[in-house]
Amino acid sequence: MAKLSDYESIVGKDIIDELRILAGKLSGRVIQNINSTAVGGGVAEILNRMVPLLGDLGVDAQWDVIKGGEDFFKVTKKFHNALHGANVEILPSDFDTFIEYSEMNARQMNLYGDVIFIHDPQPIALIKEKPKTKSKWIWRCHIDFSGPDIRVWLFLKDFIEQFDGSVFSAPGFTKDLSVRQFLISPSIDPLSDKNKELPKRVINKVLDTYGISQDKPIITQISRFDYLKDPFGVIEVFRLVRKYTDCQLVIAGGGATDDPEGDKVLNEIREKADNDPDIHILVLPPTSNIEINALQRASTVILQKSLREGFGLTVAEALWKAKPVVASAVGGIPLQITHKFSGLLSRTVEGTAYGIKQLLHSPEYAKKLGKNGKEHIRQNFLLTRHLRDYMLLFLALDYPEDVIRL
Amino acid sequence: MGLRKKAKVPFRFYTRLNLLELTGKKARDLEELLNITREISGAVIYYHTHHFLQQQQYLSPEPPNDFAYWVSNVLRESELGEKLASINLCEFNSIIAVRDKIVEVIQKDPALKREPLRTAPQGEEFTFKKSITFIFPTPYSANNMYEFIEILKKITVNSIYFHVFEARLRSEKSIGDFCNWIENSISDVELAHKITNLDPYTYTLEGLRANIIKIIEESLVDNKSRTFLRCGVLI
Repeated sequence: MAKLSDYESIVGKDIIDELRILAGKLSGRVIQNINSTAVGGGVAEILNRMVPLLGDLGVDAQWDVIKGGEDFFKVTKKFHNALHGANVEILPSDFDTFIEYSEMNARQMNLYGDVIFIHDPQPIALIKEKPKTKSKWIWRCHIDFSGPDIRVWLFLKDFIEQFDGSVFSAPGFTKDLSVRQFLISPSIDPLSDKNKELPKRVINKVLDTYGISQDKPIITQISRFDYLKDPFGVIEVFRLVRKYTDCQLVIAGGGATDDPEGDKVLNEIREKADNDPDIHILVLPPTSNIEINALQRASTVILQKSLREGFGLTVAEALWKAKPVVASAVGGIPLQITHKFSGLLSRTVEGTAYGIKQLLHSPEYAKKLGKNGKEHIRQNFLLTRHLRDYMLLFLALDYPEDVIRL
Repeated sequence: MGLRKKAKVPFRFYTRLNLLELTGKKARDLEELLNITREISGAVIYYHTHHFLQQQQYLSPEPPNDFAYWVSNVLRESELGEKLASINLCEFNSIIAVRDKIVEVIQKDPALKREPLRTAPQGEEFTFKKSITFIFPTPYSANNMYEFIEILKKITVNSIYFHVFEARLRSEKSIGDFCNWIENSISDVELAHKITNLDPYTYTLEGLRANIIKIIEESLVDNKSRTFLRCGVLI
């Protein structure tokens, strides 16, 4: 596991020194993170890095996970899709299931933090326990709330407004709320297995393992098998591009324990691919970080054709590897890509295909976009900036004013 | 001025970090932009006129403020956008004066009288945010110009940002902290004026660091040469 000092060569000693000063201001407080899964998905990934690094800084950060059966996670997945604006049937019994599991978790969990930091909707109802604690409660929303299903939104809003503060990833995700709303972008860890530099031999080995040729351009989308990532659109894009340039497509996804829909989507993707030898559909276990890293580094162009996104951290991962990216202008993606400067933004299958063709045919342009993208990520989307924002957030709850002298 | 000449008062380096908070206010057209801008706090104006300096450190030039960017690129009111982009932030000693200028420019523009007003597409409204600023001391302080330059070379850009931009506008001083110290504690008025004359809004933060160091070092060399010549004549 990387230590904080390991980041000095990437972001500079001055930035690390600043983090240490800030951490000193949190001395004596316990930060308790709570989410719904320890493995898979962006939230678990961030917490896996963030919690030890806060510890390295001297901040007492803990992480607990709520429990839930398959029925609970089916409901939370429905909520997730509904909050993203997808048309899903929500039954009254779904709310009952959610409340039952929340009450069970409330009975079983030890809520001990000075700051209780709840991630996403799954553990949100634990807020009912707030009157029994002296803690500051913060709700961290990692998903896009811009066009939610109104029933699910109103159900959650009652909980959110009981918190001391809420955190969103992008301005467009926020809603009209009576509690303070902070804005913190997520981040990637440049030293994690998914993002660290890799020797060429490791990359070659991964390509060999999955039967991917190095003789023609590789277009890659890394994402969960999820309708909202538009895997079918990705295949259509690829078929449009291949009319002009011989290339191959990699669709690689991992699973998360709180996502029961993945298998169904995967089967439909395979059907759509129709045994095309140039379409590589890779089902990767949640621990396949080196493989994902290698696939991204081996790619000629990286695609993120999501219909909806929380933030779209796979874009930051690709840009950190200085790769040219074509991505949908949804969720947090426009914060990561300035169109034609650090990547290309698109909205349609045809536009995406056009962008990829441009990049394949103009390697110097592609290289420039990738280089700019990497610098943008270094300045704004690395874990050290995220650590800093979280520490500021924990401090901010104690002060109502705009200028705080510590 | 000598490199090791002791300052009357040491220069204590502070730094500042920002956390963003949403105000819950959104504008869809020019009228809403104007009405909300009239009432919002300095912290909101500060964010929308200064965040680009830190977020896009490697990009130069950048859109000078969010008001100009939104009016030009979302409302497609290019003339007004250009006028807003041309507001010279160096001319203002307080953030409220900047707010008043933005209000004045929008208020006078014919685009405000357009019927119907151009509106932003859904999802592209102007979202008013504010910077919550945390200010805290660093372990560094300088007793003379030598120490000052050495610290300036290694201090975080956030510290440079604080002493150049934040201290001036938020505390309504006419000059930044560096110039103030060089003028009053080192008693080098000429050097202080050279640094005051930099337009900090036209540099990246690293560029600004490099330029301040360069001006100080050149000034020291000039002084040294003059001293040498004087000595030469005397000898």
